[in-house]
Amino acid sequence: MQHSKNDLWVGLFVLLGGAALVFLALQSANLLSLNFHTGYPIVAKFDNIGGLKPQAAVRSAGVVVGRVQSITFDDKTFRANVTLDLDKRYAFPKDSSFKILTSGLLGDQYIGVEAGADEKNLAAGDVVTATQSAIVLENLIGQFLYGKAEEGASGAGNKK
Amino acid sequence: MSWWRPSDVGFAVRSKLADLGLATRLFVRLLALVGPTLRRPALLRDQIHFLGNYSLSIIAMSGLFVGFVLALQGHNVLQRYGSANALGLVVTLSLVRELGPVVTALLFAGRAGTSLTAEIGLMRAGEQLSAMEMMAVDPVRRILAPRFWGGVIAMPLLAAVFSAVGVIGGWIVGVLMIGVDTGAFWGQMQSGVDVFKDVGNGVIKSLVFGLAVTFIAVFQGYVAKPTPEGVSRATTRTVVAASLAVLGLDFILTALMFTL
Repeated sequence: MQHSKNDLWVGLFVLLGGAALVFLALQSANLLSLNFHTGYPIVAKFDNIGGLKPQAAVRSAGVVVGRVQSITFDDKTFRANVTLDLDKRYAFPKDSSFKILTSGLLGDQYIGVEAGADEKNLAAGDVVTATQSAIVLENLIGQFLYGKAEEGASGAGNKK
Repeated sequence: MSWWRPSDVGFAVRSKLADLGLATRLFVRLLALVGPTLRRPALLRDQIHFLGNYSLSIIAMSGLFVGFVLALQGHNVLQRYGSANALGLVVTLSLVRELGPVVTALLFAGRAGTSLTAEIGLMRAGEQLSAMEMMAVDPVRRILAPRFWGGVIAMPLLAAVFSAVGVIGGWIVGVLMIGVDTGAFWGQMQSGVDVFKDVGNGVIKSLVFGLAVTFIAVFQGYVAKPTPEGVSRATTRTVVAASLAVLGLDFILTALMFTL
């Protein structure tokens, strides 16, 4: 087959396109830091998950230790079953508690893990009920108003 | 031709169906010709050179300026909500998911699609295609297939270049000119962009657009009336039909990919 000067330019073009794809994959989507090692599933039961979404981070001491795998509703207990995929590298005591937190004022919701003191560790498939629900703003405001009203009533009573 | 006479309506429907059938048969033939086309890389190389390399400058420049504008507009809005740090994420997601494939396909239709239509249409007008058939050379295999596959290969590469240059453009304006923190710019981007869901789906989109745009261009040239006016009409139709096809397909693909 004959070579032509187009060979070089087409080769450069294809390489440039490939480099652009690699750039997008590595620099913007951070392919290398994806952890391909597997985790173990834990089910946490929450009264209210607020705006938690699948793929949300599970953090302990601020470090990402897993992801939320799926969220389902249990119509027997009327609670949410959140399946977490915890990284195999990390083990947590059996009495660890899970709570739903928010990063920043308008940030994403994530699950915070606080380690307990049990000597046994959580194993795959364990169910955790020591959870703290997401803070629902409406409830918070309701409680605040209720508290204020009560305070006002007792204050007025004292004045008399 | 009048709409109230049944025979005219019937004729119109029949000829539209015949056109559609012709287009579908040509499309299937071109898809089936991938093997023979790849076995003649010299033809393919020249087409990639013509369609890809020559479109590279316009694609790169457009990507750069789209990135600039996205960063300016995005920063303007994000700052109101105190989340200017998410600028990198906004710029990259909009480029990789939508603007990269769509704008590249529109530019590609204008830059490369028109030249394909005009070239093939003029070959038909000059009876070169008929001459080839006389010499027992199949014009679909020799002329149309390399151009079609050249465009299909070039399009995703161009879209990737567009998106990458756009991200760099967004970085230039966002970080260097406006002063968003560079760590936050890349960090938010990396935590929010998924390789397969965002970048991968963008590549699939650009591949589909490449098929659509190049096929429309090749088909319009192939069926153009062999007159100067016919070629000019075919060129216009290429731009109109390809642009509409890209935007329509984009809606369908986005609905399939990003709403599940």
